Amino acid sequence: MAGQLATIQGLTVDYYFILSTVLFSIGAIGLLTRKNMIVMLMCIELMLNSVNLLLVAFSSYFGTGDAQIFVFFIVVVAAAEATVGLSILIMAYRNNRNIEADLLNNLKG
Amino acid sequence: MTLELIAYILGGLTIGSALMVVLSNHPIRSVLYLVITFFFISGHFLLMNAQFLAIVNIIVYAGAIMVLFLFTLMLLNLNQSDEPNSKNYLSLSAIIGGGSLLLILIAALRDEFTFNEAIHENYSGLVENLGNTLFTKYLVPFEISSILFISAMVGAVLLAKRENQQID
Repeated sequence: MAGQLATIQGLTVDYYFILSTVLFSIGAIGLLTRKNMIVMLMCIELMLNSVNLLLVAFSSYFGTGDAQIFVFFIVVVAAAEATVGLSILIMAYRNNRNIEADLLNNLKG
Repeated sequence: MTLELIAYILGGLTIGSALMVVLSNHPIRSVLYLVITFFFISGHFLLMNAQFLAIVNIIVYAGAIMVLFLFTLMLLNLNQSDEPNSKNYLSLSAIIGGGSLLLILIAALRDEFTFNEAIHENYSGLVENLGNTLFTKYLVPFEISSILFISAMVGAVLLAKRENQQID
């Protein structure tokens, strides 16, 4: 079963490449547009997940599971980033009573 | 042909719900649309024969991380008046920047490879093969990621801890 490679009808890497690029760009636009810090963190999660999609597509294309291991590590990094980001957000909320990113301008000269 | 149709419909739904994450005004609606997006992405994983990763995506992302976001959002108790609105020229420039990012990524990477070949049906995404790879070839990065988790946990507790109240 491992030797013969049956192609899944109609699915190409090209399609998943364009889909994940579009998702990544939507995440980047959201990160630049929104001022709510929690929505900005969610847009980062969306960008990470679009990269996961492309990695799984390449893993299916090359027939090895190595890329799916990297998806695990990306999930680990995303979980760590979400916990630290949310605790920073709670600190910002305690200081400003708001989670607008523009209010954090204490370092501005 | 039917699989192709399912993939296209899922892709359209994914892009639509990802757009709703960015466009919806209320943050709780954004969280719920992001959960829906992760479910659609798990559907793509199932189409590409990565069953274990699809389940992990639903349990870890939609089940744990997004619920953490939702809890934080509800603990903060924000009003509608607290919702910051971005200026018009800022969002216009952000859309122009993101659109150029999309164009440049597609244009730069399309010439580098030709991806017109179809995706093969393979069995590397099953639990047995994935576990074999993870615990032999990638054992050291797996252990190091546990250190990353511990440090993130300690950092989160340290950051979110209320400072001691001084009695003077």
